[in-house]
Amino acid sequence: MRSRLDPRDLAGEVLAGIAVRPARTVLTVLGTVLGIGALVTTLGVATTAGNQIAGRFDAATATEVTVDIPEPIAPGSPPVVAWESLDDLARLNGVEAAAAYVTTQPGKEPDVRANTVRDPGRVLDRVLPVVGATADLPAAARTTVAAGRFFDTGHITRRDRVAVLGAQAAEQLGLTRIDNQPAVFVDGTPFTVVGVLAAVGRPDQQALAGSVIVPWTAGADALHLGPARTVVVTTALGAAALIAEQAPVALSPNDPAALTVNAPPDPAALRTGVADDISGLLLILGLVSLVVGGLGIANVTLVTVMERTAEIGLRRALGARRRHIAAQFLLESAVIGLLGGVIGASLGVVAVVLVSVGRGWTPVLSLAPVLAAPVAGAVVGLVAGLYPALRSARLQPVEALRGPG
Amino acid sequence: MSAIIELTGVGRTFASDPPVPALADVDLLVHAGDYLSIVGPSGSGKSTLLNVLGLLDLPDSGSYELEGVETIGLGDGERTAIRGARIGFVFQSFHLLPHRDVTENVMLGDLYTGGRRSDRRDRARAALDRVGLSHRTGFRPTHLSGGERQRVAIARALLGDPALLLCDEPTGNLDSTNTAAILELFDDLRRAGTTLVVITHDDTVSRRAARRVRIADGRLSER
Repeated sequence: MRSRLDPRDLAGEVLAGIAVRPARTVLTVLGTVLGIGALVTTLGVATTAGNQIAGRFDAATATEVTVDIPEPIAPGSPPVVAWESLDDLARLNGVEAAAAYVTTQPGKEPDVRANTVRDPGRVLDRVLPVVGATADLPAAARTTVAAGRFFDTGHITRRDRVAVLGAQAAEQLGLTRIDNQPAVFVDGTPFTVVGVLAAVGRPDQQALAGSVIVPWTAGADALHLGPARTVVVTTALGAAALIAEQAPVALSPNDPAALTVNAPPDPAALRTGVADDISGLLLILGLVSLVVGGLGIANVTLVTVMERTAEIGLRRALGARRRHIAAQFLLESAVIGLLGGVIGASLGVVAVVLVSVGRGWTPVLSLAPVLAAPVAGAVVGLVAGLYPALRSARLQPVEALRGPG
Repeated sequence: MSAIIELTGVGRTFASDPPVPALADVDLLVHAGDYLSIVGPSGSGKSTLLNVLGLLDLPDSGSYELEGVETIGLGDGERTAIRGARIGFVFQSFHLLPHRDVTENVMLGDLYTGGRRSDRRDRARAALDRVGLSHRTGFRPTHLSGGERQRVAIARALLGDPALLLCDEPTGNLDSTNTAAILELFDDLRRAGTTLVVITHDDTVSRRAARRVRIADGRLSER
């Protein structure tokens, strides 16, 4: 002959035990709510912040590759990268735009003067860098022409003396319109201005805004600009790392190692690094509050066991075995922990969203911590309930019946 | 008539200095359908006898057969099972759960003894009807009079259909009106065949029983 307790009846008794003291239950749950909430918030904010930083790279930098080309070993020796090999790079899958250019060396910028002299008192000679470029430069540097047009491959082939001005360069030269076919004189050589650039989108190509850009052929003829020194590439999203690997081979099959490639950092590595930095300390705080929450549950459950001594005696008189009593109190604390986990995880998610809204971030939360939080809460409750449950089971029915209640 | 309780030479001594013999060489035979009162002053060993009879305490010596089953030497689990299934307790302080309504309190009666879940509520209602409380099923115990509370406790004790109703000072917390009502209920139960053992210090209560046993200094004497 054995006493037995249907699991459904046990569940009923557990829920009734929790429901009869709502205020106490709320207070008991609070500790776990804080602990779990802090953990979920910490993990969520860390992931969000990490993704946010990585996201900036994703949006812009992660598609931007720059290749720096060294000077030829000796004047007159063949160039490290021939202008024509840019076509080999542009053919690579994942390249959206590629352009090569060469800039006048710092300190050796030529004098540039606009032809429209209106104010003899003003100094109109400007020292501006001149860039000899290929025709895809606006797309590769993420810019457009604000007025006129950019030169095309026809201009390059014909070695036409045309120029496109960066926005700042146009301002410095006092050129506001181009429909009257203005010209600029670079070291005395006239170039017809065919366009003015808008703002340059790529952060690493801002120098173009202050430059006079000419077809590389015309630049070589008039200014001896020399072979290409920089290649800018815009890739499809996610292709930057691959292109960074392939670009030197495409550009300089003989000596790819001579080229320096600037590619965005691996977003995945970046994300983890940032997340680690931020979360370490907060995670410890979350764990501490979780432990405190567990101690709270243990304390309250112990008090509850003491208060309900007479009830325990009654249940024993009604045929409850020690294990039934222990199971009831153990489950009560586990359910309280579970409640704390569910509420804490929910509040944590809300907190992550609020922090993200405040910072203008996109909230990112991995599912695992949110799903694991209630389990963690229940485990905390279970562990916290162990000692009180043992105490309750050890009570002798005779003494318990005399107890308070 | 079959024996429900058969105590033979039961002794119980509490370890203290000097040792206190709470029960000494107690013999008692209770048959099915008996209405027995055990009366005695406080400190006479009443409570110890109740605990032994209710399988809440183990005697040091002697034999206790409940419905022909020797209970001395059984494990805690088995004694608990017999206690839950075969003995209905009625306590002086009722021991009702204050936050559960009357029906739920009664339903606790066979929660641990394998009573069918499906009709437990109906059976609880029937037990409440038996003690004349069918109009109070949804009430909290705190909203009932003492007599009503004790009747709820009796309904709970009756739920498992026990072989023995063991009452410990059942009217100790009640006024005379409520006491009379409870004693009438006991008479009704007796007529319906319930075996009743009532432990009390109150002579008016004990006089209602068909059989009276006096306990003093741990010894029983029948009169």
